[in-house]
Amino acid sequence: MIDQKEFRKKIKKAEKTAHIAIFFSLIASILLLLAVYNPTFLIFENNKSNLIYSDVVEDEDKIENGIHLRTGLVDAEGLMTVVNNCTNCHSAKLVVQNKMSAESWNTTIKWMQETQNLWDLGDNQEIIVNYLVTNYPHTAKGRRAILTNIDWYTLKN
Amino acid sequence: MKRRSFIKKTALSSFTALIGAEIVFGSEIMNGYIPLALQDPDPFKMFSKNKGMVILNNKPWNIEAQAHLLDDKVTPNSSMFIRNNGIHPEEINPKTWTLTIDGESVKSKKTYTLSDLKSKFKHHTYQLTLECGGNGRSEFDPPAKGNQWTIGAVHCASWTGVRLRDVLEDAGIKSNAIYIGYHSADTHLSGDSKKEPISRGCPIPKAIQDETLLAFQMNNEDIPLIHGYPLRLIAGGWPASVSGKWVNRISIRNKVHDGTKMKGTAYRIPCNPVAPGEKVKDEDMCIIESMPVKSLITYPKTGATINEGKALNIRGHAWAGELEVEKMEYSIDFGSTWTICAVENPINRLAWQHFSASINFPKKGYYEVWARATDTNNIAQPMILPGWNPKGYLNNACHRIAVKVI
Repeated sequence: MIDQKEFRKKIKKAEKTAHIAIFFSLIASILLLLAVYNPTFLIFENNKSNLIYSDVVEDEDKIENGIHLRTGLVDAEGLMTVVNNCTNCHSAKLVVQNKMSAESWNTTIKWMQETQNLWDLGDNQEIIVNYLVTNYPHTAKGRRAILTNIDWYTLKN
Repeated sequence: MKRRSFIKKTALSSFTALIGAEIVFGSEIMNGYIPLALQDPDPFKMFSKNKGMVILNNKPWNIEAQAHLLDDKVTPNSSMFIRNNGIHPEEINPKTWTLTIDGESVKSKKTYTLSDLKSKFKHHTYQLTLECGGNGRSEFDPPAKGNQWTIGAVHCASWTGVRLRDVLEDAGIKSNAIYIGYHSADTHLSGDSKKEPISRGCPIPKAIQDETLLAFQMNNEDIPLIHGYPLRLIAGGWPASVSGKWVNRISIRNKVHDGTKMKGTAYRIPCNPVAPGEKVKDEDMCIIESMPVKSLITYPKTGATINEGKALNIRGHAWAGELEVEKMEYSIDFGSTWTICAVENPINRLAWQHFSASINFPKKGYYEVWARATDTNNIAQPMILPGWNPKGYLNNACHRIAVKVI
C-alpha cells in the first residue's frame, strides 16, 4: 500500500512537472514569436533596436579590402567626415584625383565655401585635410615623367 | 529627352529579367527606391561612349578619351570627351526652346525659337577643334586642382549651325560692345538655383568670326544631350569652355563678361610667367584666348611591339588654336634628332590637321616616338612641361608613345 501511495504521489508530482513544463514552453514560444515578429519587445537586449537599421547601414557604408565601397575612398581616420562633407555635391573621384598639400586643400575649401555653397566645416576641416594629405599624398612629378603602365602588344601589319 | 526617368521605368519593369529571379515582395519596393545595381546607369551606354574612355568624375560627368581612340579624322561621339561643370538638363523640348540675345550692348533684345534660327539664317558646317583648357593638367607639378585630364580632352567634330555673327547682327550690336557671354540650362552642383555652373564668353572679334557657330547638329545629327542639345555655341581653337552647351541666352556686353568661371584662377593664367607653385594675385591673371600648338599620335596605340626591319607607320592630328600647324616632326631619340613628316592642310580654319610618317628603327630596343608640331608663328611644342600656372592649363608638351623593336 505504501508503494501505491508513493506511486500516486509520484504521478501527481510528474503531472505538476508536466504542467509547469507546458506552461514554460508556452511562454517560451510566445517570447520566441514576439522576438521574431517584434524584436524591440525584448528590452533586456539593449542593442536590439539598432539591429533594425544594421542592414541599411551595412549597405551604405560597407568597407571591403580597406575601401569604402560607395565612394571608393580609403578606409582611414576621418573617412566618414570626408564622406559626409565632401561627396554631397561632387563625387569622391574629384577628390582623390587631386594630390594636394594641406595649404592647397585649405585654399580649395575656402574657394568652395566662397563660390560653391560649401558650409563651415569647423573642427572637421582639420580632420578632412589630414585624411587627404595622409591617404592621397602628393608625389613629385618633375618637368616630365617617364611612361609607365605600358600595355605591350604585338602590332600586326 | 528625360533619360533618367526612362531608365527607371524600363529598369523596374525588367527587373526580373536582369536579376534572373523573381523579386519577392516586388510590389512592396519603396517608392523611389532603385536597387543598388541599377542606381548608376552605365555611363558608356548612357552617353554612347567607347568602353576605353576614362571616367574622371561622375558628379559632374567628366570623361576623357585616350590618344588611340581619337584616330578618326572627324571625331565620332563615341570618342568625344565630356567636361561638365554642373548638372546637365534632362528634359528638353526643342519646340519651346528659345535663345535670347540681350545685354548692355544689344540694340534690341530679341528671342528666337530653334525653328526661327534654323529658318531665318544660313546654315554652315565646319570641323572645329575643341580642347579643354585643362587638358594635360595631370602632369603639372606642383599639382593643380581640378579634374586631372591626361591627353584625351580634345576632339574635332563636324558642327552645323548658324553663324553667331548673323544672329547678333540681327538683334543689333552697339558700337560699345566688347564681349559676349553665354547662359545655359545646366544647374549648379549645390542645387542653388541662383548660381550658374558656368557662364563664359569671348571678345566680339572672336564672336563674329565665320566659324563661330550656334550649332544644332554634330556630325550631321542632333547634338547628343551631354554635348549641348539642342543648341551649343562653338568657338573652335579656344578653350572648349567658351563653347557653351544648352545655350538659351547670349548677352552682348559693354565690358569683359563677368559670369561664372571668368574670374579668379578659372580659365586664366598668370599674365607674366611665374615659378612653379608661386602665388599669383587675381589682378595678375589673364583670360586664356587661343589654345597653343599641340599634336597627338593616334596610331598606333602606345605599347606596340614590332619586328626588327619592319617600318612603323604612325599617324595623328595637330592643331594650333587660332593658327595653323606649319610643320610636323617626330623623334625616336628623345629629341636629339627630328624628322619632318607630312601634315595636311586643315579642311577649314580651326580644324585639326592630319599627319603621318613611316619610321625605320636602326636596331632592336625600347623607343619612344615623340611628335612635335610648329605653328605659323614658328612656335613649337615643348618636350617638357610648359610654364606652370595655378590651375594647370595649356599643357601642350609633346605627346609620345612607347615602341619596342624585337
